[in-house]
Amino acid sequence: MERIPILRIGEFLLVTIQVDMHDRLALTLQDDLTRAIEKTGAKGVLLDISALDMVDSFIGRMLSHISAIASILSASTVVVGMQPAVAITLVELGLELPGVLTALNAERGMALLRTHMDMGVTTDGRRGGE
Amino acid sequence: MSNRAIDILKTNEAEILGDWLQDLQKSGWGEGGQFSDGDWKGHAREFLHLIGNATRGGSFSVESADAAPLRAFLENLSRTMATRGATSAQTASFVFSLKKPVFARLRQAHASDATALADGIWSATELFDQLGLHTVATYQKSREDVIRRQQEEMLELSTPVVKLWEGVLALPMIGTLDSSRTQIVMESLLQRIVETGSEIAIIDITGVPTVDTLVAQHLLKTVTAIRLMGADCIISGIRPQIAQTIVHLGIDLQGITTKASLADALTLAMKRSGFVVTKTT
Repeated sequence: MERIPILRIGEFLLVTIQVDMHDRLALTLQDDLTRAIEKTGAKGVLLDISALDMVDSFIGRMLSHISAIASILSASTVVVGMQPAVAITLVELGLELPGVLTALNAERGMALLRTHMDMGVTTDGRRGGE
Repeated sequence: MSNRAIDILKTNEAEILGDWLQDLQKSGWGEGGQFSDGDWKGHAREFLHLIGNATRGGSFSVESADAAPLRAFLENLSRTMATRGATSAQTASFVFSLKKPVFARLRQAHASDATALADGIWSATELFDQLGLHTVATYQKSREDVIRRQQEEMLELSTPVVKLWEGVLALPMIGTLDSSRTQIVMESLLQRIVETGSEIAIIDITGVPTVDTLVAQHLLKTVTAIRLMGADCIISGIRPQIAQTIVHLGIDLQGITTKASLADALTLAMKRSGFVVTKTT
């Protein structure tokens, strides 16, 4: 069965979605990721969806679920590289993903995770400053 | 029953063309007239020839396959006239001016037979009406195309995304915000954010005359989409009246950074990205 690889980089987990997401794959990912966080004690999850050019409400909910689950296991989640069309679709679907951190690309996402860890804050969707 | 008008057109093509050319000259279609390329005689000859081709079967319908080149000719004529700003009446007069020479020939041919003459005039009128209506219809369509294109151009012109600073984009919005415009604005802004990798986008609404709940809704959507992409959004240029309206309408702009002027927004954006402006004197 097809799986999305979860890579460990230091204390972070890197998930790159490079295939079309279907519902079962999303559920498997959610499952695998939860286990991986528990096993590795990761403090942050970087979810790269730059190759994802189509979303539905299910995948949108999955993103927000993954973030919520990770935060219960005391890991921050950053969703990076969302395509404009995907962002517009999610907003039109009413899925504003409150509480999910976002960044433009993987590099900035990583930096954001680091600052979050340094500040020791939990995921609350707002960035520092202002 | 054979079509008398078509017969006349076929047998007297050269004479009709001669008469018609004279009429055209008089009504301003001739030398230096409506045809910009100067080949008015060629156009008239072609038109007559195309009518001949379209009526080969002895009957005429503007929708038929035989009339396709004729339709194309009229469409081309309408388009040229529409883009040059001529009225529909002027455009149609080209077709209708052909009536006079044809009627004259009909009268000559059926001088003694009133019924035949009436028949001939009726079928000729039918033919020219179809052609005229087609001309006007395509003229209208060309004009609508022009309007649509101008609207699109205006849309694109009115939503330029400008780079203010390294990592700071600005979008000065001008004009009323409706759904289709917001969509285009949102798409172009998000696209530019991806292209430039900018972390902060400033939407300046100084040029937006009114803000109602719908406009606010659109703004909120745009801000959310920008946040989802991983960038931040500041809304600037909120005039005093607009601020009052927003509060009176009970629109919740909590969670959105708003500034009174673009300058304030830029200052904040630079502060966030770690730039400091100092004056050297």
